[in-house]
Formats: sequence, C-alpha cells, structure tokens
Amino acid sequence: MRQSFIAQNPSVLWFIAALALFTLGVTILSEAFGIGVLSTSFVKTLGKTLCLCLVAIAIDVVWGYCGILSLGHFAFFGLGGYAIGMWLMYARTEAIVVESLASAPLPPTEQEVIDAIGTQIFGVVGASEFPLLWAFSDSLILQLLMVVLVPGLLALVFGWLAFRSRVTGVYLSILTQAMTLALSLYLFQNDSGLRGNNGLSGLQNIPGFEDVPQATISIVFFWASAAALAIAYLVFAWATSGKMGSVIRGIRDDEARVRFLGYDVERYKLFVFTLTAVVAGIGGALYYPQAGIINPAEIAPIASIYLAVWVAIGGRGRLYGAVIGAAAVSLLSSWFTGGGAPNLDLGFFTIQWTDWWLVLLGVSFVAVTLFFPKGIGGVFDLIPSRRPTPRIGDYGPEKGALRREEGAP
Amino acid sequence: MSALLEVSGVSVTFGGFRAINNLSISIGEPELRAIIGPNGAGKTTFMDIITGKTRPDEGRVLWGEKSLSLLGLSESRIAREGSGRKFQKPTVFEAQTVRENLAMALKNPRGPFDVLLHRKTGEGARRIAEVADEVGLFEHLARPAEVLSHGQKQWLEIGMLLAQDPRLLLVDEPAAGMTPAEREHTTDILKAMAETRAVVVVEHDMEFVRRLDCKVTVLHEGSVLAEGSLDHVTANQDVIDVYLGR
Ligand SMILES: Nc1ncnc2c1ncn2[C@@H]1O[C@H](COP(=O)(O)OP(=O)(O)OP(=O)(O)O)[C@@H](O)[C@H]1O
Ligand SMILES: [Mg+2]
Repeated sequence: MRQSFIAQNPSVLWFIAALALFTLGVTILSEAFGIGVLSTSFVKTLGKTLCLCLVAIAIDVVWGYCGILSLGHFAFFGLGGYAIGMWLMYARTEAIVVESLASAPLPPTEQEVIDAIGTQIFGVVGASEFPLLWAFSDSLILQLLMVVLVPGLLALVFGWLAFRSRVTGVYLSILTQAMTLALSLYLFQNDSGLRGNNGLSGLQNIPGFEDVPQATISIVFFWASAAALAIAYLVFAWATSGKMGSVIRGIRDDEARVRFLGYDVERYKLFVFTLTAVVAGIGGALYYPQAGIINPAEIAPIASIYLAVWVAIGGRGRLYGAVIGAAAVSLLSSWFTGGGAPNLDLGFFTIQWTDWWLVLLGVSFVAVTLFFPKGIGGVFDLIPSRRPTPRIGDYGPEKGALRREEGAP
Repeated sequence: MSALLEVSGVSVTFGGFRAINNLSISIGEPELRAIIGPNGAGKTTFMDIITGKTRPDEGRVLWGEKSLSLLGLSESRIAREGSGRKFQKPTVFEAQTVRENLAMALKNPRGPFDVLLHRKTGEGARRIAEVADEVGLFEHLARPAEVLSHGQKQWLEIGMLLAQDPRLLLVDEPAAGMTPAEREHTTDILKAMAETRAVVVVEHDMEFVRRLDCKVTVLHEGSVLAEGSLDHVTANQDVIDVYLGR
C-alpha cells in the first residue's frame, strides 16, 4: 500500500504547476523576453515577492509544523543578503577602480588597487581599511558559501543554546527577537565593518554583466527565485511528510510525549531551525540583488514579526498557505504604502492608506486569528477530497447493503 | 529473574513537601509488579523519576546489567535504553492518525537523519497492523486519534507501548475509563508482555490488581508501606489503616 510522495501530497504538484505557469506568464509579459507589458521594476517586485514566499515557507516549517515561533528568521534572510552583497560590492568597485587607474602613468600595484577599493567602499563611514569580515569578499564562491554558512552557523549556535536549556514558547520568541535586535544594532554601527546604516548598495549591478540590460537581469533573477522557491517547497514538503513530519508535528503538539518515545526533541528542533535558517539566507541572497540595497533596517525585529503575520494570515501548517499569505500581504503592502491605493474619503475624515495600512493589516491579523484560524489556505479545505473515505464496518446504510465480509466496495 | 531496575534511597521534595521519601524498589526482568496506594502517595512521581522527568534530590536509580545510572540522562535517552511509559491521562497525538501514532512508536532508530531518510517497509507495516489488531484498532488505522473514544485512546497508548517494544513498561492507571471486558483484555496484554519483560502497573482498582496476580507494592507518603502478594498486603494492618480502611 505504498504510495509515491506526490500521490500522498497532491498539493505539491499543484503548487509547482501554478508556479511554473506564473513564471511562464511573467516571462511572456516581460520586457526582456516578451511583449513588454510588465516593467522591469515590477518584474523585480515579483521576484522579490517569490523570495519572501521562500522565507515564509521556512517560517511555516519552523512555526506551523514544529511549533517554534521564531521571530528572528529575517535576520538570517538579511545575513544571506549581506553575504552576497559583499561580493557584489567588492567585485563591482574593483572593476571601476581598475578602469580608472588604468589611465594612470604607472600601472597600479595590487596593494594600490585594494586600497582604492577600500577607500571607495568604506569612505562613507570614514574608513579605508578592509575589516576582517571582508576577507573572502573577492571570491564569489566563498561568499556564496557564506550565504549558507553564516545563517546556518548562527542558527546552530543560537538554537543549541536555546533548545538545550529547554526554552520554549513565548520565551523563545522573545529570545529570537533579542537576537535580531542585537544583530541589527551591531550592523547599525559604523565600525561594524559593513558600512553602518548605509548598508551595501548598488547590488543590482552584477559584476561581469555590466552590458546586460537590467530588464534581462531582472527576469533571470526572477527565474532563479522561482526555481529556489520550487526546490525549497519540494524539500520542505518532503521533510514534513512521512515519519519526519509525524515527529515534528508531534513535537509541536506534545514535546514531552515525543521525548518519552525516545526521540531527542532538541536535536530535531535544532535540525529544523538550522535548515530553515539556511533557506532564509538563500532567500535573502536572491532578494537583495533585486532590491539593489541592503541596510540594517531590513533586519529590524519588526520584519521578522511581519513574516509571522503573513504566515498566520495565509494559514500555517500548510506550505501553500504561507506562500499565499506572504505573496498577498507583501504585494498589498507595497500597493498601499507605495501610494497605489486611492485615499478613502469618509466625508469627515480621509483615510490615507500610506498611514492607515498598518492599522488595516493589524485588524486583518486579529480577525483572521479569531475567526479563520486556518487562514486563507483554509479555503482549500472546502474543496471536497477525491480520495475515497476509509470505510469501516458495513458499507451502506441498508440491511441489504454490501457487507464487509463480502469484500471491498 | 535478575534486577533490571534498582531504585534505592530516593527522595524528592517539591517546595519543601516530600513527595518521595527514601524510596527503594527493585524490579526484575521479567516481572509483573503492581503499585497501589492512596492519592498523592507518589506513584506517578516514582515513574517520573525513572523516566527522567523529575530529578530526585538524593538516591540512586540503576538500570540493566551494567548498572547504568539513569539519573542525569535525558528523557529520550532513558526511553532509548528501553523504557516505555503510559500516562495516567491518555496522551496520544490527537492530530495524527492511529497509524502515524503507532509508526512513531515503532522500534526504529530515533535520530533526525535516520527518521528523515526512513522508508516505510513491509515489515514495519506488518508490525503496525499486528499491534493495531492486538489492541482492537485495526479498523481505525487511518482515522485521526482525536476521534477515538477515551477507552480507545487508552488502547492506542498501550499499542504504542507494544510497538515500542521496551524492556521496562511503566503503566499508569491503564484501566481508567474502560469497560469490564476491556479491562480483562488489558490484564491479558499486560500479563503477556510481562512474560518477557518488566512491567510496572499503577492501579487503584483492586479487582484489576487481583487479576494481574502478581507481587504488589503499597506506597504511602512517598515510601514503601508493604510489599508482597495481594493477599499478604491487604492483610497488613498499616495498609488497611491508610488505604483500604477509608
Ligand atoms: N511537579 C510537582 N510540583 C509540586 N508537587 C507535586 C508535583 N508533582 C507531584 N506533586 C505532589 O506530590 C505528591 C505525589 O503526587 P503523585 O502524582 O506522584 O501521586 P499519585 O500517587 O500518582 O496520586 P494519584 O493516585 O492521584 O495519581 C502529591 O501530593 C502531588 O501534589
Ligand atoms: Mg498518579
């Protein structure tokens, strides 16, 4: 009676198909490869939204499935962005510096080039020396490794300390907020080595592809984001189904009981926490080149809280719910705050959505929590399942109906 | 019969209140042991100590041939050593199916990566079906545990113990909420399991204990009041005064 993974989780197939269709549609409507209805900046917005969906499914796994309400995953997202941003900034500045020094009477020494890059990058914070943090910034491969390693190791150490001391529930959430706050405060400092509140900028310029128009770059990043979301969705769907899913959901519902069955709950939590942090980091590494800039404000504690709100609105405990929540709320949010929504004139008072959007979001969050605990994703439960209901005993209401002893219906 | 579990001189205080007081009990393998005693005697706390949920202030808890000290080991580690527990209030994973509950309990490697890469086997499915049949839940395998009746949840938890296949079973009030026929079935299962392993049963119901037909330990105020056959302990004047006489 063994069924394939897809047969047991039909929603995975539906999701991948919908994502593929969406990607195809955007490509056809894009400037680079299609009829040019969608502006480059809108393609970037969509690509960024896919990255937010990526980190949202990570939160869903850690919170909706495993019961750890992490309010710190946006820190991992930001760290991924910083890791790739360092290479982008270094390599691009290097190209500019080399070009400008090429016209000098004497060919520049290697040290001169590095000094010039340092002055360029750190001039804004009144420094010119490369901090130790930037040791690998000249290597794309190593910085890509950092995208995975830095969030992964931070999550591993933080999680190990927190889970080992059996910190759970609200206390754990507060602890993750504290971590996020500490990280963003650190990054805000000018001598943090990451340009303080200026952050890293110019990330939309991909070194080596200066001649490629942004329209093309935007669609390539959009594809990459869609692919990453699809892969992460598959990995998470696989990890949360079957026996692993059983244990993880068991931990969410009654972790003491899982312990008495012999499972080392702390190791499972650490595994889930770290895996999702790594995925968040990858999401950030894809997001910030599309955003063009990253600064410490991105890592502010509130960002991680929004993430949890998206997942709650979309419906936690189901991956597509997280995707729906993240996509809907983040797109709506940029529509409202970007001045896209027309002001609402109530006669005595005019609601300006740029100011009132957060109130609307807050009210929606409370309403969903109170009245639709399953979130938007719960709508899909209304679709009648095509699977035959498991019948026990006799098959029909009538005395003369088929009896169990006579065979399966 | 050699001792599997040696509890000696164990004491526990909860905020000044001595719940367990210099308690010593030895359980053999195989053995069936009933523990009785008035409410608050410390029966559940005794199980908490063995399974690592509660750390005693003093005393020793030794396990197995190598006399491994269980104190200081985590709950999950103690469970992996081979102890299984059924709680006073049935605790099953309500949101999961009977099959998933049993599969989680099934004796298999417990590490995250073992579980992640675990593949369902015919052997596992057969074992689950066998256990489900034994506890009368075969027809309910695909149903979520939350729809089961109280008695069926008790059965599911017993089934999870069977699936876990432990060396030591700690069973807290298994018969609560069961019909007389179900109680009889429970005694049969417990007795069958005790043929090859150590089974400790806490129960208030004297009829149930009588049917178990085994050595009985009477706890009172955290220490052993009397020990022996049921007839022996029920004839003990102390036991009559504190427990039976009321
Ligand atoms: N975590 C705790 N904190 C404080 N007191 C506790 C704790 N656990 C148990 N106690 C107290 O210790 C005593 C023994 O409790 P225990 O649950 O072991 O009794 P019991 O013999 O299982 O009783 P019952 O027959 O009612 O199940 C009780 O007085 C109880 O109130
Ligand atoms: Mg008790």
